[in-house]
Amino acid sequence: MNRPIYHFHGGVHPEEHKQVSTQFPIRMAPVPQQIFVPLRQHIGEPARPCVVVGDYVRKGQIIAKADGYISVAAHAPTSGTVTAIALHPVPHPSGLSDPCIQITPDGLDVWTDRTAIDYRNTNISTLRNHLRDMGIAGLGGAAFPTFIKLNPGATQTVKTLLLNGGECEPWISCDDMTMRERAAEVLQGAAIMRCMLHAETVLVGIEDNKPQAVAAMQEAALQCEFPVEIIVVPTLYPSGGAKQMIKLVTGLEVPSGGRSTDIGVATFNIGTAYAVHRAINHGEPLISRVVTITGNVGQAQNFEALIGTPIRELLALTGDSPDPVTGYLMGGPMMGIELAETGVPVVKATNCILVKSARLFPPPPRALPCIRCTRCADACPAELQPQELYWHSRSKNFDKAQDYQLFDCIECGCCSYVCPSHIPLVQYYRYAKSEISAKEKEQQAADHARIRHESRLMRIEREQRERAEKLALKAAVKAEPAPAGPADLAKKAVIQAAIDRAKIQQADNATTNTSSE
Amino acid sequence: MSGLAILLGAALGYAAVKFKVKEDPMVEQIDAILPQTQCGQCGFPGCKPYAEAMATGKADINQCPPGGEEGIRKLAALLGVEFKPLNAEHGEPKPRSLAVIDENTCIGCTLCIQACPVDAILGAAKQMHTVIAGECTGCELCVAPCPVDCISMVPIAENVATWKWKYPLIPLKASH
Repeated sequence: MNRPIYHFHGGVHPEEHKQVSTQFPIRMAPVPQQIFVPLRQHIGEPARPCVVVGDYVRKGQIIAKADGYISVAAHAPTSGTVTAIALHPVPHPSGLSDPCIQITPDGLDVWTDRTAIDYRNTNISTLRNHLRDMGIAGLGGAAFPTFIKLNPGATQTVKTLLLNGGECEPWISCDDMTMRERAAEVLQGAAIMRCMLHAETVLVGIEDNKPQAVAAMQEAALQCEFPVEIIVVPTLYPSGGAKQMIKLVTGLEVPSGGRSTDIGVATFNIGTAYAVHRAINHGEPLISRVVTITGNVGQAQNFEALIGTPIRELLALTGDSPDPVTGYLMGGPMMGIELAETGVPVVKATNCILVKSARLFPPPPRALPCIRCTRCADACPAELQPQELYWHSRSKNFDKAQDYQLFDCIECGCCSYVCPSHIPLVQYYRYAKSEISAKEKEQQAADHARIRHESRLMRIEREQRERAEKLALKAAVKAEPAPAGPADLAKKAVIQAAIDRAKIQQADNATTNTSSE
Repeated sequence: MSGLAILLGAALGYAAVKFKVKEDPMVEQIDAILPQTQCGQCGFPGCKPYAEAMATGKADINQCPPGGEEGIRKLAALLGVEFKPLNAEHGEPKPRSLAVIDENTCIGCTLCIQACPVDAILGAAKQMHTVIAGECTGCELCVAPCPVDCISMVPIAENVATWKWKYPLIPLKASH
């Protein structure tokens, strides 16, 4: 049966540059001199450290536990000593530092105990908790905790499990190489997720610019005990976006503001499926990932790098840059973030480090006024009106920007790519989104403070009233002795009885005394 | 005619009782704009009393430093009056900060606990006090009552979680 390929709106064809990093197989990067494991590597609450400075840790040992529901654990990528838990620069657009656990490796790479789980005979909730404690988060870039996506809730059913092998960003090839070399293991991960979701259909979407990955996956699919459909989609950026890939292979659209589980599809990155396989079938937490090092480097290649490896050490493995370096990107040229320095560590979301040069990435031409040509609207895969979003974001008219569904923007950069005026449109959308989110947080904090203030006033009033009542009661008691209640009567009766007894005894004593005389 | 008048009068009378507005909605709307620090810099004992005073025309819209210029603009739009700059008599807008108790100096007098409008300080008599960071609005009301000056206001530093994308600074016109 041939599944029809649907189309999403818009999209662009940037130059691919993918072959430069697929010449050699994935290479194991050596254990670095120092390791910095950030506590905040996933969307949600940062993990909470469960080791202290000076502790000896083994490879794969948990060093920070999930804190709150949207959170996952972090693990020691190799054996060594915890030398600091402190702020260290992290790969983030702000260039700020964030708490990291620093480990000085002992070079022995001694594993902690690893236990495989028989997922077919294990409770699904246990499996989910295990994936959380194994630190599995989406490796496609957003790093959303995977165990939550495997919990569609009581009211929803997920019929389709979709592995996203789109990898549409130029230069990046880590998923391509993972599929070429580890196809069977990727599908073993899919088998676990299929079992956990009770999914009926398993689909793998791959762009047609990765024929070797397609061949490897098809080969592996034949060996699989359940049907897997490998679907080749035309190369068009951003086909690797979750919503775009769902549209391509199922024809379904994720509703505005909704999630893919709303339409019965769960989407996972190729690398995430591989990590799930390692976690369940081998008991290995997520302590390394495949990273593409490419661009202005001696020899571009994919590395299996330990989480926490400073990217400087990976760059050293690729030889000298032929041209002067003008910057570093984490991710691809369309959506990647600028890195302020090379001391930042590889994190779970690091799919690629792209080294820039003026030749490969010439500085953008000066931005000119918007001429409202609407080329951006033609290119927008989310079917938005980028020129309107730009206008309202630029004038800080955030309510209007939200009316134009600003938050459905996936920040893919197609609009900026086609803009003849070279306006950095996405920068305006990011600015507007973060302003709106900050305002919402402020409003929540204000509402919270109002409630606390009002409850305090109520409490003070209640305490005053109670005190006044007590005082009034005391005053009343002093003014007139209370009439005897039943309890008092009983007490009096007891006392009277005792007096009577004493009198009788006295009388008895008197008689005996006289008789003896 | 008179019958109709009686009928309508009865209907209106019924409606007045049935659909009685319990609280002045204007006060609620104004209060929703105010930042709820409960700092009292406006001259009223909290945000709600200031909102009530504004609703009855007894206070001006430019007396809230934590609300800043944006707050004044919102109030002006809501009340249909002209924007005016913040009245400097009531203080200057400051970056949001957090009260921090020097726990070695604290003598456990509970004065700050009594001053805190949002119950953000934890402690008991002759026991060390501490600020629950997540609940502190940065109103500074605890600073003055402290007899040993052990409370300081620390500005909240930007971190990865609170960082915001900046407004793109790109010259749109070619400058020659």
